[in-house]
Amino acid sequence: MIRITRKIEFSAAHFYHNPNLSAEENRRIFGKCNNPHGHGHNYVLEVTIAGQPDPTTGMVLDLKELKDILQTEVMERMDHRHLNYEVPELAGQIPTCENIAAVIWKLLEPKIKSGKLDRVRLYESPELFVDVNAGNGARA
Amino acid sequence: MKISLTRRYRFAASHRLHTAKLSESENRRVYGKCSNPYGHGHNYVIEVTVTGPLDPETGMIANLGELDPFVQREVIEPFDQKFLNEEVPEFREQVATTENVCRELFRRLKSFPLAKLERIRVEETSKNSFEMEADVDTLDEVRA
Repeated sequence: MIRITRKIEFSAAHFYHNPNLSAEENRRIFGKCNNPHGHGHNYVLEVTIAGQPDPTTGMVLDLKELKDILQTEVMERMDHRHLNYEVPELAGQIPTCENIAAVIWKLLEPKIKSGKLDRVRLYESPELFVDVNAGNGARA
Repeated sequence: MKISLTRRYRFAASHRLHTAKLSESENRRVYGKCSNPYGHGHNYVIEVTVTGPLDPETGMIANLGELDPFVQREVIEPFDQKFLNEEVPEFREQVATTENVCRELFRRLKSFPLAKLERIRVEETSKNSFEMEADVDTLDEVRA
């Protein structure tokens, strides 16, 4: 088994707010992330694919193909967007790093035809990241 | 699908690798320059990984507003700008190797009440890192 990882960066805005909670509770739980004007991050996404190299090409998958998938599924949806308003897959969810990473996993997993999606790692900053994987061998 | 969250923290501390169980010359042979009696220091970087279900109210595994102060209280305050051998009681009895630092951090942080501690990773320098995972810890407890 070989794992290959491709990294992309996108920039997006978000804020944390749960409409089922009072304004005061939102401020207490989410602190400055609750600022309704939003704030942004340079997200760094690492996508890892696992598989056996094809005996003819020596590749687990064509990186160009992965690059195109990441462009369509992630960059076009999320880059320079406001995650609270412009990404339908996140509608009704608070766009935490956990929820964004889970959405990215669900978008990418069915698109990977050679090899298998092994891990999605999303950095919100160099000091904070979220990992998503299949977990106990179960497919998401 | 399994989701985990990792947060990086830093502290700077000094240590000396030395054990009373060995002679001075054996200490020098085993630990080399790390056995210098005056000690030396590192900028440690630690990664704390927690896992668990997403809280439906917040969309989070753990609120950093709660994780950060917990790590600050349990680890950063007692370790930062300290001489580990003398000022962290656990290292009076065991050598302050980064393996042991890793275990001690795991022991201190596993009581975080709001998510499960999955992994501790410690970078002693940008070239050396040490990791410990939850199941290894459980095994240790079983053996002890």
